[in-house]
Amino acid sequence: MSGPTTRDEATGPVVEVPPEEGGTHHDHPGDWKYIKIALILAVITAVEVAFSYWEAVEGILAPSLIAMSILKFVMVVGYFMHLKFDSRLFRRLFVAGIALAIFCFTVMLTTFGVWSR
Amino acid sequence: MTTTVTASSGSHAEVDPGHPPTSTGLSNEKVAMWAFLGSECLLFGSLISTYLLFKGQSQPGTIGPDDVFDIPYTSVSSFVLLMSSLTMVLSLAAIQRGDHRLTRVWILTTALLGASFVAGQAYEFTVFVREGMNLRVNLFSSSFFVLTGFHGAHVTIGVLMLLSLYSLSMRGKLPTSKAETVELVGLYWHFVDVVWIVIFTLIYLIP
Repeated sequence: MSGPTTRDEATGPVVEVPPEEGGTHHDHPGDWKYIKIALILAVITAVEVAFSYWEAVEGILAPSLIAMSILKFVMVVGYFMHLKFDSRLFRRLFVAGIALAIFCFTVMLTTFGVWSR
Repeated sequence: MTTTVTASSGSHAEVDPGHPPTSTGLSNEKVAMWAFLGSECLLFGSLISTYLLFKGQSQPGTIGPDDVFDIPYTSVSSFVLLMSSLTMVLSLAAIQRGDHRLTRVWILTTALLGASFVAGQAYEFTVFVREGMNLRVNLFSSSFFVLTGFHGAHVTIGVLMLLSLYSLSMRGKLPTSKAETVELVGLYWHFVDVVWIVIFTLIYLIP
């Protein structure tokens, strides 16, 4: 299927915009899908809290909590913010911000020796 | 001026109503909102990393996270904010269907959940202050109050935007054609929620 094309009326050139780049409106999930996702998020939160009290998982507490947090983050951004269904440009803008933040502050924390405390 | 046309139509004069008339075929407002949220990652990244840097640097004998944090209480607050994301996305789905009554119900529910979160945070802060922790006690308390205070301010701004949307809808100034306005406020709201997901794990749950 051809994507929409864009024409600048002043200059005349026609540029084809790929569907994934352009404003093609993808179908968003329905209400029930949103409710199911919210239930999954609630369950993950409950597991996170339970883990923080559970002494048996003390050795893997931080990595498992971070993994669950990332999963929740991705679900909210992907489904509730529709990043999974929207244009790739939005994803790039947001991921660029996250990547830059992670890079800058990992360097900063490493410089101050936070990991070796 | 730029006009978006469908390639399949074979005519450049025909404007595709499904795409905003921009050079990217995307709404400029939505692009701006995503760029803004990307930049907000840096703001919260700096506050979170400052907290991580300072939390173990307080003088021995002064107040620390283990003395004040109430995990069950904060878990309920987190759950409230998480559910407000659900009601926000349901309000967007409702306005896209043209169901304005349900849109208003979900927007108001989201605002109330957000206000409950802010009220809960205000109560938490007063408890902390009563226990002797304030902005100037030590590095942990300073970085904690600045981080969670900034987040609370973002939630408060979100609640004000939601109440504005509710007011617009009540006056009939939020037709289905302006569903993107709800979407933009929704993007901001969900972002505030994902920031809390990170704060809750890194600040409250990880010892």
